[in-house]
Amino acid sequence: MRLSAEKVALERGGRLVFAELSLEVGAGEALVIVGPNGAGKSSLLRAIAGFLPLAAGRIELRGGDADASLGEQAHYLGHADALKGALTASENLSFWAGVCGGDSSRNACSRALGCLGLAHVADFPVHALSAGQKRRVALARLLVAERPLWLLDEPTTALDAAAQALFAAVMGEHLTSGGLILAATHAPLGLECARTLYLGPAESVAA
Amino acid sequence: MSGAVRALFLRELRIARRIGGGASIGVVFFLILVTIMPFALGPDLNLLAKLGPAILWIAALLATLLGLDRLFQADADDGSLDVLVNVVLPLELIVAVKCAAHWVSNALPLILVSPLFGLMLAMDAKALAAVAASLIAGTPALTMIGAIGAALTVSLRRGGLLMAVLVLPLSIPVLIFGVSAASATSGGAAPFLTPFLMLCAISLFAIAAAPFAAAAALRLVRE
Repeated sequence: MRLSAEKVALERGGRLVFAELSLEVGAGEALVIVGPNGAGKSSLLRAIAGFLPLAAGRIELRGGDADASLGEQAHYLGHADALKGALTASENLSFWAGVCGGDSSRNACSRALGCLGLAHVADFPVHALSAGQKRRVALARLLVAERPLWLLDEPTTALDAAAQALFAAVMGEHLTSGGLILAATHAPLGLECARTLYLGPAESVAA
Repeated sequence: MSGAVRALFLRELRIARRIGGGASIGVVFFLILVTIMPFALGPDLNLLAKLGPAILWIAALLATLLGLDRLFQADADDGSLDVLVNVVLPLELIVAVKCAAHWVSNALPLILVSPLFGLMLAMDAKALAAVAASLIAGTPALTMIGAIGAALTVSLRRGGLLMAVLVLPLSIPVLIFGVSAASATSGGAAPFLTPFLMLCAISLFAIAAAPFAAAAALRLVRE
C-alpha cells in the first residue's frame, strides 16, 4: 500500500496555499509535516481526507480498497476531538466503531482506552474529562476501527509526557502492522523512523 | 451497514435525552405557545375551538424548528462531521437517520401531547384526533425541510434565525394542507381525506428528496 500525491496545489479563499507538492508514503512509513503557521499543513491533511478540493494534481492510495474512497480508508484526527460531551468515553468510542465499521463491543472500546491509559474513565461523561484526557479518548478512536492511513493534525496537543509515550507506542504498532501515518505537528512525536516534509511559508510558494 | 445506522440513531436519541433541550423543552415551548393564544384572542370558546387546529399547527411548526438549527451544527462544531463524512454510510443516509432521530425525539412528543393541549382550546374529540393525525402525516415534512435549512446554515455562528427565514416559507404548503385536514371536522372548508393525502404526499416527497439536498448543501458549505 502506498499513498502518493503528485503535483498537488491547494487554494483556500482564493489564495494559493501551496503548489507542485509531491509526496510518497509507503506501508509502515510515517511522514511528519512541519512548517510555520499558515503553511498549509492542516489543509494538506484535509485535502487527503477528501474535505477540500484540489486546485491541481492528484492524490491516491495504491493497493488500497478499490471500492472505498481515500477518506474512507483513513482516520482523520483534526484539532477538534469529535466527541460528544453528554456521552461517556466508551459510548463515544462504541459509536465511532459502529459507524466506521469496527468492533463496537464494550471489550474492544475498553481495550482501546486501555492502550492510552484511560481504562478508568470509560464510564465518565466526556464533558467531565480534562483536555488531555479528551484528546486521549479521541486518539483511542484510531484503534476501535481498523483503517490503514492515519491523518493526524497536532495529535499530541494537551498530552502529558506519559501519554505522549503511550501514543508513540500505539503509532509504532500501527506502523509495524503495515499502516501509514501522516502527521502535521510542531512537537516531536517520538517516532524515530519518521521522515519529515517541510512546508514553506505560503508566500514563497506563491511567488 | 445496518449496525452503523443503529449506532447513529441510538447516539442521536441518547444525546437528545441527556442534553435535554430536545423533547422536554420542545413540549414546554409548544405548551407556552398554545397557552398564550387564549390570552391574545380572548375567552370565546367557539372562536378558540374554530382556531384550535391552526393554533396547534403553528405551535407545532415553530416548536419543530426550535431544535433543528443544531442538527448538523453541533457535529460541525466538535469535529464529528469531519469524521461522519468518511464513515461507511453515505452522507445522504446519515442525514436521513439524524432526521429520523430528531423526529422521534422532538416531533413525536409534540404529537403525543397535542390532544391534551387541544383540550385547552375547547376542541372536541374528533377535532383532536384530526389534529393528531395531520401532525403525524405532516411533521416529517417539516423536519426534512428544516434539515435542508440546517445544512445550509451549518457554518454560520448565529444561523438559527436565518434558518427559520429560509425554512418557514417552504413549509407553507405543509401548513395549508395540515390545517385544512385538521380543521375538517370543526367546520373546515374541505373534507378530511383530500388534504390529508396531499400532506402524506408532501411528507413522502420530502423524505425522499431532502436527504440528497441536505447532503449536497453540507458538502458545498464545508469546502
